Amino acid sequence: MFKNFIIITGHYGSGKTNIAVNLAMTLRQSNKNVTIVDMDIVNPYFRMADSKILLERMGIKCIIPEFANTNVDMPALPAEIYSTFNQDGYVIYDVGGDDNGATALSVYKEYFDKCEYDMFCVCNMYRPLTADPLDAVALLRDIEKKSRLKCTGIINNSNIGVETDEKILFNSFEYISEVCRISGLPLIFHSTNLNFFKMQNVTKNIWRLKN
Amino acid sequence: MGKVLMKGNEAVAEAGIRCGCRHYFGYPITPQNEISAYMAKNMPKVGGLCLQAESEIAAINMVLGAAASGVRAMTSSSSPGISLKSEGLSYIAGCDLPCLVVNVQRGGPGLGGIQAAQSDYYQATKAMGHGDLRLLVYSPSTIQEIVTLTSKSFDTSEKYRVPAMILTDGVIGQMMEAVDFDEMVISTPADKSWASCGHGDQRKKNIINSLYIEPEKLEAVVVARFKRYAEIEKNEVMFEEYMTDDAELIIVSYGITARICKSAVNLARKQNVKVGLFRPISLWPYPSDALLNLAKKDITKHFLVSELNMGQMVDDVKVSTHCLKPVSFYGRTGGMLPAPEEILAEIKKILGGKA
Repeated sequence: MFKNFIIITGHYGSGKTNIAVNLAMTLRQSNKNVTIVDMDIVNPYFRMADSKILLERMGIKCIIPEFANTNVDMPALPAEIYSTFNQDGYVIYDVGGDDNGATALSVYKEYFDKCEYDMFCVCNMYRPLTADPLDAVALLRDIEKKSRLKCTGIINNSNIGVETDEKILFNSFEYISEVCRISGLPLIFHSTNLNFFKMQNVTKNIWRLKN
Repeated sequence: MGKVLMKGNEAVAEAGIRCGCRHYFGYPITPQNEISAYMAKNMPKVGGLCLQAESEIAAINMVLGAAASGVRAMTSSSSPGISLKSEGLSYIAGCDLPCLVVNVQRGGPGLGGIQAAQSDYYQATKAMGHGDLRLLVYSPSTIQEIVTLTSKSFDTSEKYRVPAMILTDGVIGQMMEAVDFDEMVISTPADKSWASCGHGDQRKKNIINSLYIEPEKLEAVVVARFKRYAEIEKNEVMFEEYMTDDAELIIVSYGITARICKSAVNLARKQNVKVGLFRPISLWPYPSDALLNLAKKDITKHFLVSELNMGQMVDDVKVSTHCLKPVSFYGRTGGMLPAPEEILAEIKKILGGKA
C-alpha cells in the first residue's frame, strides 16, 4: 500500500506526530520492521519522544534526537538517520512543522532520491492559517521547496481536538477535495479520533478535564 | 469562522489583533514564540506592526511609546524575559498607560526550564517593577478563556489606565484546543484624550511622564492612582466557584492547575468526598471577599492551595480568609504537573479518616 519510506509533513500543529505514531503502530501489525524517526527540530513540546516507551514495547524502533527532552537545548539530528536508508521494512519520518521544520529533510535529499519514498502532507481545515485550501497548498509548496522533495499525497486530519464529532469531520470533505484538486495530489486517508476509526491520541493530556 | 483548533499562544495573538491591537513588540523566548510567529505572519495582513526588538527591554519601552500615543499595544515573553521588562512596566504604570503584557510562564529561577510553571505569581501580583504600583493580572484556564481575557485586559487596562498582564503558562501556551472567536466581545477603545499623538496646535499639549521631582506632587499622583486601584478592587474581581456549596474542603487554584484540580474535585465527588474548587481569574484584584465568605461558612473546614510553585498564593488565601480555617498547600514545581490523583490523595490526607 505504502512505499517503504514515508515522510509525514505539514502545518505546525496539524497532527503530524499523532499521524506518524499511529501509522507506525498500524504498519507494525503487518509484522514488518517499522522504524520511526523524530526529525522535529522546531518544537520542544509534544514530540515523539513522549511515546517512545509505548512504541518500543510494540517492537517499533525509535530514532530520536539525542538531546530531545534533556538539558541540552540543541536541535541536533542523530547520525543514525543515515542508517535508515539501507534497512528493510517501513521507515516513518516525523518532520517538524511548516517549511521551517521541513528544512531538516533537505540534507537527506540524495538519499531519498535513491529510494522510493512517499511524502504526505497532513492538513487540518480547523487550523486557521491553513483553513483556506489555497493557503494549505501554498504551504505544501513551501515545504517542497525547503525540503527539496516532492509531496505524493494528502492526509485529512481535520479536527478540533476532543470536541471533534462526525459533523466536524464530514464538513472537511469538501475542503480536502479542494486541497487535492489544487495540488493535483491524491487523498491518502482521513483520520479521526472518533470511535469508528480508533485513532489513539498520544499527546500528553494530564490537564484534560476528567468527569 | 466557527470553532477552530489553536494553541494558546496563537489564540492570544489572534485575540489581540481582533481587539484592534496593531502594535506588537516581541523578543523570542520559549515557550511563547508562537505569539511572535503568529503576529509576524498576520499583523501585516491587517496593516499592523509586528516588530522583533533587539531585547525584551527595548520591546517593553516600545510598548510604552506606542501606548503613550494612544494605540493598543502589546508584548509577550516568558519568565526570564518578563524580569527584564519589569523596569519598563514600572515606567508604564508610572505614566498611567494601558497596555497588555503576556507572560507564558516557565520554570525558574534563573534560566530555569522550558516546561510550564506558575512561579511568577509573586512577581506579577506583588513586585512587577519598583514603586507603589499594581498591574491587572488575569489567569486563563482554557484557550477560550485566554481569548475572553485578552479583550477584558485591553478594556479594563484602558478604563483605569493601568497596565494589564495575562499570566499564563507553557501548557496553556502550547496546548491545542477548540476555540470560538465569535464568542469574543470586542468593545470600542476608551477615550484617550490624554494621548500624546500630535494635535496641530488645536489643543493643549499632552505630556506623558513618570518623573516628579517635588515630593508633594509625586505623593498626590500616587494617591490619586491608588484611588483608581480601589475602584478596580471594587469592580473588577473575577473568579469561578465549582461545587463549593456543600464543600468541606475547598481547593484554591488558578490557571492550568485549576483545571487539574477540577478533575480532582470530580474524582473526589465520585467517592462522596465533599470537595469544591475556588478559582481566582483575576489574581489582582484578588477575590478576597468571596474567599472570606466561604471561610465563614460552618461547612467549610479546610482550604487547600494548589499551584505550580512552592506556595506563593498561600499567604493571599490566609489573609483573605482571616485565617478562620486552616490553609494547606500542595504543588509541583520546576515544570512538573500534579496528576488529579495526587491532589485527591492530598485531599484525603487532610480530611483524614472521613474520606
